[in-house]
Amino acid sequence: MTLSQQIITIALCVLGTMLTRFLPFLIFSGKRPTPAFVRYLGKALPAAIFGMLVVYCLRNVEWTPFPGGIPEAVSIAVTVLLHLWRRQMLLSIAGGTACYMLLVQAVF
Amino acid sequence: MRRRALAAAFPYTIPIFAGFWFLGLAYGIYMNVSGFSFVYPMLMSLTIFGGSLEFVAVTMLLGAYAPLQTFIMTLMIQARHLFYGISMLERYKGTGWKKPYLIFGMCDESFSINYSAEIPPGVDRGWFMFFVTLLNHFYWFSGATIGGIVGSLLSFDTEGLDFVMTAMFVVIFLEQWLKEKRHETALIGVAASAACLYLFGADSFMIPTMLCILCLLTVFRRPLERKGGLE
Repeated sequence: MTLSQQIITIALCVLGTMLTRFLPFLIFSGKRPTPAFVRYLGKALPAAIFGMLVVYCLRNVEWTPFPGGIPEAVSIAVTVLLHLWRRQMLLSIAGGTACYMLLVQAVF
Repeated sequence: MRRRALAAAFPYTIPIFAGFWFLGLAYGIYMNVSGFSFVYPMLMSLTIFGGSLEFVAVTMLLGAYAPLQTFIMTLMIQARHLFYGISMLERYKGTGWKKPYLIFGMCDESFSINYSAEIPPGVDRGWFMFFVTLLNHFYWFSGATIGGIVGSLLSFDTEGLDFVMTAMFVVIFLEQWLKEKRHETALIGVAASAACLYLFGADSFMIPTMLCILCLLTVFRRPLERKGGLE
C-alpha cells in the first residue's frame, strides 16, 4: 500500500466509525419529537446491550479442552459476589481481575 | 463546577485506565512489530478511538488496498454504536458544545459509564460525561502511542490484565440488573448474543445478535411496556 492508500484506509475507518456514532443523533435531531418506538428502544436496549458486551468480551474463550473457560467463569463469579457483598465498583473489578490473573498465571 | 465534575468522573474511569493502557500498549506494540511507526497508533487511537476496529485495521493496512471492503468491515464492527446513540439521545441533550465530542468519543466504555453512572447531585451532567469521555480518550491515546514507541522492548508479565474490561462490563451489567425491576431485556441481550456466538462464531456474531435483539424487543414491545419497569 502506498502512503495515500493507507491514509484513505484509515480515513474510511474513521468515517465508518463516526457514521455509526452520529447517525442516531442526526436522524432524531431535537427539532422533531423522537418517535415513540425509538424512545422505547432507548429504554429497553441498554440492559440488553450490557449483556451483549459481556458476551462480546468472552467471545474468544475456548470452552474445550480443559481448563476451558474455568478461569473466566470463576473470576466472573468472584466479581459478582464481591459486588453483591460491598457494591464497590472498583473493588469488584480489581478483585475479579486479580483472581483471573492469578488463575491464568499461577494455576492453569 | 469543572473540578467537581472531574473529581466525580475520575474514579469511574480508573478500571478503564488499567484496561486501556494494557490494551493500548498491546495495540501500539502490535503496530510497531508489524512495521509501522508510532505515528500510526498515535493518530489512529486519536481519530478512530475504537479498540477492536483498530486491531483489525492493522490487518487491513498490511493487506491489499480494498477501500470498499474496509468501509463495510468498519460499519459491521462498529454497528453496535447505533444502539448506544439511540440509548443516549435523551442523556446527551442539552450538553451544548460538548455534545459533538461526547458522540465522537462514545466507545463501549464511555457509553457504559455515561449511561449507568449515578452522577452525584450538584455535579454538572454535561461536564461529568465530558470528563469521562476525555479521560478514556486520553488513556487509549497515551497507551497506544507509548506502545508504538517502546515496541517490543517491553516484556509482558501482565498476562490476564485484559480481564479488567470483562470485569467492568460484568459489574455494569449487574448494576443495571439490580436497578431494574424486570429482567426480560437483560436476558434477551445475553441469550441472543450467546446463541448467535454459538451459531455464527466469534468473528461475525455481532450483526446477527443486534438484529435478533431488535426483533425480540419489537415483538415483545407491548408486554414489556405494559409490565413497566423499563428504566
